[in-house]
Amino acid sequence: MTSMTPEGLIDWAGPILSGALTTVQIAVLAYAIGLLLGLLGAGAKLSPWAPLRGLATAYSTLIRAVPELLLILLLYYAGAQALDALLAYLGMTGAVQITGFATAVGVLAFVQGAYMTEVFRGAILAIPSGQLEAADAFGFSRWARFHRIVLPGMLPNALPGMSNLWLILIKDTALISVIGFNELFFTIQQAAASSRAYFLFYAAAGVIYLLMTLSSTALFARLERYVRRGQPTEA
Amino acid sequence: MDFSWLSDPFYLGYLWEGFVNTLWLLLVSAVGGLLLAVLVALARLRGPRPLAWLVWAFTTVMRGTPLLVQLFFFYYGVGHLMEGVPGIQETFMWPLLRDPFCFAALTFILSVGAYSGEVIRGAMQSVPRGELEAGRAFGLSGFQVLTRLWLPRAIQLCLPTLTGEMILLLKSIPLVSTIALMDLLQAANIIRDETFLVYEPLLLIAGIYIATTVVLTLVLRFVELNFPGMQPTQRRWLPIR
Repeated sequence: MTSMTPEGLIDWAGPILSGALTTVQIAVLAYAIGLLLGLLGAGAKLSPWAPLRGLATAYSTLIRAVPELLLILLLYYAGAQALDALLAYLGMTGAVQITGFATAVGVLAFVQGAYMTEVFRGAILAIPSGQLEAADAFGFSRWARFHRIVLPGMLPNALPGMSNLWLILIKDTALISVIGFNELFFTIQQAAASSRAYFLFYAAAGVIYLLMTLSSTALFARLERYVRRGQPTEA
Repeated sequence: MDFSWLSDPFYLGYLWEGFVNTLWLLLVSAVGGLLLAVLVALARLRGPRPLAWLVWAFTTVMRGTPLLVQLFFFYYGVGHLMEGVPGIQETFMWPLLRDPFCFAALTFILSVGAYSGEVIRGAMQSVPRGELEAGRAFGLSGFQVLTRLWLPRAIQLCLPTLTGEMILLLKSIPLVSTIALMDLLQAANIIRDETFLVYEPLLLIAGIYIATTVVLTLVLRFVELNFPGMQPTQRRWLPIR
């Protein structure tokens, strides 16, 4: 037996909290970009122009058929290489930390966008066509039709899927630790290895992720009530 | 792109072992997980109040935390605790208790049990009450009603969702490479370390995964179409999760 004083949760509270903050930052940014990619993907999938449709279908089908961890590894190496080359070209070297964060966000957003494409496509298709025809009949511009009719009309249909994807994204951020980027779970792994209190720290990790997902679920439930405010309540 | 390493029987052996392990893990976790899922659904619907509450807590925790964290928790956390149990290292169970495959299977079974348990619970709740009462009226015992009416009808209702869950299970199997279990990704990692090729092994197993996903989708759709009483449905080629 060693007589070393064991490191506890208190000693690691600071690094773990900052890791949790990094995780939230990665998740929020990746989600925002994923939403945008999803809208673009859904628009492309519903476009009358066949090559665009094909491109979007290939994107959403291929990404969803490959395991996330594998994609994250592949895209991380490719993305980091590309970004490094770009930074070197611009004469900025040594910005490793920024590169790691940016690639983590980019990779998760790219994967998220593929799933979001399907959610939005289904939600847009569920809008009654009469509403779109009415918008056209009133002379709405394409942009006005999109943000006045399509966006509010699809949100109630899309929100359950969006909330699911957010929860999946939070859980997927843990995969970034495999690459060695310093987010929540990577910090936890270091803490567990250094203190040898594996059970304690991995249980703590579970609690922190659970707090994140449970609070998100509550938030999304309120959001859903808000976007459904104009709809008749179901019996 | 340099795929010349594919002619090396050594690397092919890794890949084959990884592929077999992946399929084994899929099978064990699917069968064990779905059995657990039925128990989870039953406990939440018909179990005594404390058990139902406990099972609710279990599903909430399993569905609210990353699978990777669960894998580490069981393999390193629980595994480390078990090392401290006096005398356990002498028992015949010890090699089994150190085996990453067992921990991976356990984690996946619990995870599938939680996710699919909720799916089956929802489906069991939507089976019309009258059908079950009809079963009782025809003199079936409570257990017979469960196995001959309630479960088959519930599975009819949620089969597409369950097959989707199985595809998700297949796609979460590469996570086990983090606990040093030889799956396809671990094979690719070894090849990458030895040949210094970053993209080729990963792209190859991405292709294997796509092919496996397609085959599994076709098999599951065949099951769906041939499940007694299923309406043939127009299904998407790959399920959204």
